[in-house]
Parts: sequence; structure tokens; C-alpha cells
Amino acid sequence: MRTILKLGLAGACLAGAAVATAHAGNVAPMDVKFTDDGVTQSLTGAAGDVAKGRAVFSNRKLGNCLACHVNAEQKEHSFHGEVGPPLDGVADRYSEAELRAIVINSKKALTDETIMPGFYSLDLGVRVNKKFTEKTILTAEQVEDVVAYLTTLKE
Amino acid sequence: MNSTTFKWAGLLTAASVFAAGAAIAEPDNNTLVIEGQEMVTDVAAPEGSPLSRVYSGWRFRSPETQAFEMDDFENPAFPAVELGEALWNTVEGEAGKSCATCHEDASETMKGVRASMPKWNEKRGKPHTLETQINACRTDNMKAEAWKWEAPNMLAMTAYVGLQSRGMPVNVQTDGPMQSWTDKGKELYYTRVGQLDMSCANCHEDNYGKMIRADHLSQGQINGFPTYRLKWGGLGSIHRRFSGCMKNIRATPYKRGSDEFIALELYLASRGAGLSVETPAVRN
Ligand code: HEC
Ligand code: HEC
Ligand code: HEC
Repeated sequence: MRTILKLGLAGACLAGAAVATAHAGNVAPMDVKFTDDGVTQSLTGAAGDVAKGRAVFSNRKLGNCLACHVNAEQKEHSFHGEVGPPLDGVADRYSEAELRAIVINSKKALTDETIMPGFYSLDLGVRVNKKFTEKTILTAEQVEDVVAYLTTLKE
Repeated sequence: MNSTTFKWAGLLTAASVFAAGAAIAEPDNNTLVIEGQEMVTDVAAPEGSPLSRVYSGWRFRSPETQAFEMDDFENPAFPAVELGEALWNTVEGEAGKSCATCHEDASETMKGVRASMPKWNEKRGKPHTLETQINACRTDNMKAEAWKWEAPNMLAMTAYVGLQSRGMPVNVQTDGPMQSWTDKGKELYYTRVGQLDMSCANCHEDNYGKMIRADHLSQGQINGFPTYRLKWGGLGSIHRRFSGCMKNIRATPYKRGSDEFIALELYLASRGAGLSVETPAVRN
């Protein structure tokens, strides 16, 4: 079901990937390794916290995922957007590594035309508000928390 | 780039389904009649448009919000319109003139003006928006002080002048000297901005008709401005709305009255060609 596009690019990028050495602490946005299986490595080296991830998911200042996605598991919130597909059972469709890749940078993982923001990417639009320049939308911990939460969305 | 770029074929298919979905997502079927006059809120898109139909933002609002615009007594913008009418007849400035001194009856002389703004101005060497034209008349013809872009008096006057075109089709010049401005506006419309990395098109072209959390996305048309927004509790200019949308995606907006916003205003007016002027519209 999965095709790997841009194989040439993949090869060319390997050299770069080797240079990006893992340093102590979190993986920096520039150093995230996208593979055919998604992003296999945790950004923090640890597993995320499901309860915190659930909160990040609905928080308008953080994930705000509900702006665009229906999620039956968060019925207590009255407005769920419909710009993206419903995320019910999303863990049946994607592996943890794939979900991590989607959250980190959906333009790389899904399609570069997507409206979905890359939550751990510095590939931002022009004229970024000063408060947010050179900043990712979520921290490495928050990404791991959301990913941990997404893996619980099974049908 | 130090990473492998990969995409899942299954998702690319899903993505194209969403893109197609945008085209079939319909606004509601209500008809806008104001004071006995039916407004065009749905019209075939102009030639070269990426849209098939053009819809007024009114068609995406709730019945409660829609009702405000259908009756001038209910429309909360009308006290401002009355202020605009009073200002029209007020002598101000060293030349000792009012707007009415030169333009007389606004219902005749201002008819169609809103529908064709922004308009090329040879002397200025760039397009006039309604705001810059009014200020040019104030400073050059009345020797009065310019109003600030978002000042209550400016909003009242743009609402009053705009009302004289209500029901007329939006029809701006986009060729000749306006061509480069239209092109610039188009470029800005499709440029991704802000930390959330979105363009106007991502929401208003690809996803109109869908809910984004509690908001029903429209095509972001400008035929109703200045618009009374319930959230603002007052009238706001076109450029204020642009500014708000840019701030929401965590971008630094351009300044009101900047060349960028004038170009964007012109391009959006051209995308909405054929819609009735609804000034002063009501939105939530
Ligand atoms: C501005 C809208 C928007 C926001 C905000 C958003 N997404 Fe998305 N998301 C989309 C769209 C649209 C797609 C489908 C891909 C496409 O067509 O662009 C998508 C796809 C996905 C998918 C793949 C779903 C599937 O079934 O294929 C996942 C998982 C996902 N998003 C998770 C999230 C999470 C988690 C958040 C919050 C951290 C989030 N999204 C925020 C718009 C959004
Ligand atoms: C001394 C006479 C004079 C006064 C006073 C005056 N104007 Fe004008 N106005 C003009 C002239 C002449 C034009 C057309 C030429 C130009 O663009 O300058 C014009 C053009 C306009 C236009 C554009 C009309 C179109 O067809 O595009 C608007 C709108 C306008 N004036 C509004 C006002 C308003 C509002 C006031 C009062 C605040 C005002 N004017 C006061 C002389 C005047
Ligand atoms: C994240 C999605 C999003 C983006 C991106 C966005 N907007 Fe909006 N915009 C909205 C929402 C939500 C509203 C209120 C509901 C509606 O009319 O769509 C709105 C309303 C508007 C309106 C008022 C429409 C009316 O009928 O009164 C205009 C005009 C507008 N936007 C222009 C723009 C422009 C220009 C840009 C690009 C600089 C832009 N928007 C980017 C979400 C967005």
C-alpha cells in the first residue's frame, strides 16, 4: 500500500543524516530522521504521557488538533473541525512511527500541499510573528505525548 | 535537508479526495433579501478563477447571524451609517466644505463606487481604496485632517458610501495599470505565512464549506465591508479582517493601508466579481 517516492533524494540525503549526530537530550527539529517506516526514534528517548497528550490534542494554543479533526474520544469538547479526516481508530491505520512522522511534519509524511501544520518543524511560513520565530509549535515532549495518545485511538 | 522524504500513496489519494471535497462542500441554500431587494450571494466564478462558484460569506453564517443583515432595523451597523450620513453633511477643514458641498446627494454620486474599489488613481500612481480616496478628499479638497484607517468616523463614512452600492455587482478593474497589483495580490493570497505555515487559499479556497472547530469556513469574500462583526462589537475594515486572519496563523500582518493589503484587497475583489455589495454586512 505504501510507495516510497523521491528515492534519488533519499540517497542524497543519507550523507546529511550521518552528519546530524545525535547529541544528549532531545532530537533537534533539523535532526529528525524520516525513514520509510516513519520516524522510528522517540524525540526524547522516552515514551510519551497519554494523559498529557490528550490535553495537548484539544488545547487551542498547543495542538489544537480538534480544529480540524473529529475525535470521538474527546466528546466533552463540543466543536470538532472537519478539515482533516476523523482520527477515530487512527492507530489501526498507522504505526507509532508513522504517527510521529505525521505530527512532526505532515508535509513530509503526507503531502506538501497539506494545510496541517508541522508541529516539530522549523520549515515555517514567511513573516512569522516575532514571538514564534525559530520555534516549533510543540516541544519534543509534547510531540511524544500526543503520539502516545494517538496510539490509544483504536476501534 | 538531512532526512529521507517519503509519502504514503494511500494518503495522497486521501488528500485528493479532500481537495475534491472542497469543491462540492456547499454553503446553505438561503436567499438574502434586504429591504425587498434580492442580493446575489452565489454566482458563476469569473473567467480564470480556481473556483467554480463564488459565494458570499453570508451563506455560511448561522440563521441567527444571517437575520441581522436582512433588516436594516436589526442590523447593528446602522447607527454608524447614520453617523456617516451626518458627517457627509458636516463642514470641516480650512476650505469650509463638506462632502456634500461637492458630491451633493450621495445616493446618486456615490452609487457604484464601493463596487469598483480599489480603483486606479493616476495622480497617486497606485490604486485608491475607499479609505485612501476619502482621506485624499479630506486633506486635498477640504483641507481637513485625514482619518485613521480604523477610526469610527472612517468606518462610518465607508459604511455610508458603501451602502449606496448595495445590491450592485462587485466589478473591479484588473488590467492595465491594475494588472501588476492584481498579480501581487494573487501571490500574497497563495503565500504560506506564519508559524502555522498556511496561505489564505489553504482555508478559503481548499476548505470553504467545512467547519474549522466552531467556525464555518467561507471563501473569505470582501463584498460586505466594512462589516459589523458580533465578535468585534462594531464595524471593521477589510484590512482589519486580513490582519486578524494573519495573526491567527501566527504571522506578522502587513499594515492597514500597506501596498500589500491594497493588492490583496484588489485580488480578493476580483475573485468575488459578480457578488452583490452587501455593505454593511453582519458576521459573527
Ligand atoms: C489546520 C488543520 C489541521 C490541524 C490543526 C491538524 N491537522 Fe491533522 N490533518 C489535516 C488534514 C487536512 C489531513 C489530511 C491530509 C491532507 O489531505 O492534507 C490531516 C491528517 C492527519 C493524520 C492522518 C489521518 C489519516 O487518517 O490519514 C493524523 C494522524 C493527523 N492529521 C493528526 C493530527 C494531530 C495529532 C494534530 C494536532 C497535533 C493535527 N492533526 C492537527 C489537518 C489538520
Ligand atoms: C472640493 C470638492 C470635494 C470635496 C469637499 C470632497 N470631494 Fe470627494 N471628490 C472630489 C473630486 C474632484 C473627485 C474625483 C477626482 C479625484 O479622484 O480626486 C472626488 C472623488 C471622490 C470619491 C471617488 C468617487 C469615484 O467615483 O470613484 C469618493 C468616494 C469621494 N470623493 C468621497 C468624498 C467624501 C467622503 C468627502 C467628504 C469627507 C469628499 N469626497 C469631499 C471632490 C471633493
Ligand atoms: C486557518 C484558516 C484561515 C486562514 C489561513 C485564513 N483565514 Fe480568513 N477566515 C477564517 C475564518 C475561520 C473566518 C471566519 C469564517 C469565514 O468567513 O470563513 C475568516 C474570515 C475571513 C474573511 C471575512 C469573510 C466575510 O464574509 O466577511 C476574510 C475577508 C478573510 N477571512 C480573508 C483572509 C485572507 C486574506 C487570508 C490570508 C491572509 C485569510 N483569510 C487566511 C480562517 C482563515
